[in-house]
Amino acid sequence: MGLFRKKQKVQTPHRRPSDAGVGEALKKGNVLTRLSLLIFGLGNIAGKQFVRGFVFLALEIAYIYYMISFGAQALVNMTTLGTVEQTKVYNEALGIYEYAVGDNSMLFLLYGVITIVLTLAAVFAACMSMKSAYCTQVRKEKGMHIPTFKDDLLSVREENMHVAMLTFPILGIIIFTIIPLVFMILIAFTSYDHEHQPPGNLFTWVGLDNFKAMLGQGSKLAATFWPVLQWTLIWAVFATFSCFFLGMLLALLINRKGTRCKGFWRFMFVLSIAIPQFVSLLSMRTIFNANGPVNVILRHLGIIGMTESVPFFTDPTLAKITIILINIWIGVPYTMLSTTGILQNIPGELYEAARIDGATAPVIFRKITLPYMLFVMTPNLITSFTGNINNFNVIFLLSGGGPDTMEYYYAGRTDLLVTWLYRLTITQKDYNLGAVIGILVFIILATLSLLTYRRTGSYKDEGAFQ
Amino acid sequence: MRARRFISNTLCHVLLAVLSVIWVLPIGYVILTSFRKEGGSYKSYIWPRGFTLDNYKNLFQPTSQINFTRWFFNTLIIALISTAIAAFFVLCVSYCMSRLRFKMRKPFMNIALIMGMFPGFMSMIAVYYILKGLGFLETGLLKQIALIIVYSGGAGLGFYMAKGFFDTIPRTIDEAAYIDGATKWDTFTKITIPLSKPIITYTLITTFMGPWVDYIFAKVIMGNDTKYYTIAIGLWTMLEKEYVETFYTQFYAGCVMISIPIAILFLLTQRCYVEGVSGAVKG
Repeated sequence: MGLFRKKQKVQTPHRRPSDAGVGEALKKGNVLTRLSLLIFGLGNIAGKQFVRGFVFLALEIAYIYYMISFGAQALVNMTTLGTVEQTKVYNEALGIYEYAVGDNSMLFLLYGVITIVLTLAAVFAACMSMKSAYCTQVRKEKGMHIPTFKDDLLSVREENMHVAMLTFPILGIIIFTIIPLVFMILIAFTSYDHEHQPPGNLFTWVGLDNFKAMLGQGSKLAATFWPVLQWTLIWAVFATFSCFFLGMLLALLINRKGTRCKGFWRFMFVLSIAIPQFVSLLSMRTIFNANGPVNVILRHLGIIGMTESVPFFTDPTLAKITIILINIWIGVPYTMLSTTGILQNIPGELYEAARIDGATAPVIFRKITLPYMLFVMTPNLITSFTGNINNFNVIFLLSGGGPDTMEYYYAGRTDLLVTWLYRLTITQKDYNLGAVIGILVFIILATLSLLTYRRTGSYKDEGAFQ
Repeated sequence: MRARRFISNTLCHVLLAVLSVIWVLPIGYVILTSFRKEGGSYKSYIWPRGFTLDNYKNLFQPTSQINFTRWFFNTLIIALISTAIAAFFVLCVSYCMSRLRFKMRKPFMNIALIMGMFPGFMSMIAVYYILKGLGFLETGLLKQIALIIVYSGGAGLGFYMAKGFFDTIPRTIDEAAYIDGATKWDTFTKITIPLSKPIITYTLITTFMGPWVDYIFAKVIMGNDTKYYTIAIGLWTMLEKEYVETFYTQFYAGCVMISIPIAILFLLTQRCYVEGVSGAVKG
């Protein structure tokens, strides 16, 4: 699949010096340019671009200072994750036990990750410095104008606009998505569980042990993982396709020629989207409660006895069915809304031609509407499938993963992998197991969607409508 | 022929009526219970014995644990600020991905795709410790800032929808502007943004809804600081065992109270929602 496949180099007729890559700069650059890799900004300063050069130099000095004062030690600590355990020391003068501060494995790991990210940033800055130096060198050789700092600042409105627009969003993504994610991925290879909680205890690297325990045979973990995975997949398939098909049918029903008051019907269904999802989920939970209104109605109708109640959320099988049904209630209006527009876009001639050829309504649906919808909605289906595998809210707010069972390792019968992950980390504090589940979910989703998503038109041919 | 059409039309309308009753009934139950006079939680009947407005009145009488007004404004402020930041991030990133061509574009899009496949709150614990390390979890006010950062910080990753929309705006419009001497920044602010009202509304609405419905992150960050709770954790608290008997009907009143503004907002912008999904500007 070649996820990071090199882009084919297109030789543009008017090649600017700034288009040069790092490789070219290293090959063709002069001494100053190459030295800029080690001493940031050297080439720029030599080319009288003082502000730009000194900014580079300041970055390098800041990085070196960080590494000497803190970073180097952080990297060493990361390999051991701490050696000095917190101990109780008896303080005779006061007559109490005091805690002698030990190493904090968790912080060691976090600082290690941050140091690695900063080092990568420094490497990136080094490359930028050399590229910039090479650019200045070429401009000098060709007698072109060397941009001043003011020119640099103005360039963000034109060729460097992506730099200005992306800096803050990407910083946000790195700090709040990438660093935490790398940290959690590394946790999966440690023994950071409820018995190894810093600052009281140390945890350490354990390699693939957690994965073996999770996927292997015989352990309670494996006996939980496989059934939970099975239910997660069943849930995702049912939730995605039930909402998709029923929503589409509903949209067809409303959009068909004979239906009156289309706006009114649409409004009735859209009303349930307009309410915040968590409100409707919490109300659904009370509505299907053992003493909730549904049971009350059933009692009054005489279907069940006056003291009996249907175990909507307490019987394993029934709980699963209830959840899928409630999810239909929640999901169908969404599909209805998004398919309405697409249905109206299907060229009318197609239907006319089919009708002239004597096709009946079911045939038209099977041969025209469905293929067209599938073509347009496939990316949407894939995202909603992945969304459903990670659908935390529905399960957590409806059943909380229950009914609980002793056969599982801190999971209930309706727990998805994500809600199990939540329980393991928040309630149980088995962070390493939580991280393992996260990685496994990722592997499942990645294989599923890389295989399908990259084949869809919108990815391959994104410029089709431009 | 006519008779058959009549029958099928009638059947369709009956079916639609039945379905819409199913879809509206739970909402009706919520509204009904919010006006119920009798306190306590579950009753053995559906139709309330009496009606009252007290549930709504009491909702705005703060007690030591339940302070609906405050929660409401907490959430509103957090939602407004994080919407502004997040929408700006999303629009910037998606415009860059759609219109500008630079080296890191494809790798960035692939990375974003990969990131999206990890369970969202897998990184929650790490984010929690990063925020703690930065000193954001010391006071309630800082916690609120932390929550804003969390909601908007990584927002740039959710650019796919808006990018898809920008992709449908014909490039020729941009090129015409370049020929007239506009810079890329000019084209972005003066051409793309005015043409993108549906997707901007869509982005604003979806990010605005986030803080109102997020339970997990808010709970993890706020802990037991009830004063600084957002609506979602607050309402959840009302259903907890020690409160449910007293606050059951008020919980429903609260649900109605926060549903009304959001529902109005949604219904007003519904058109944008649909257009934003399907791409609006046809070349």
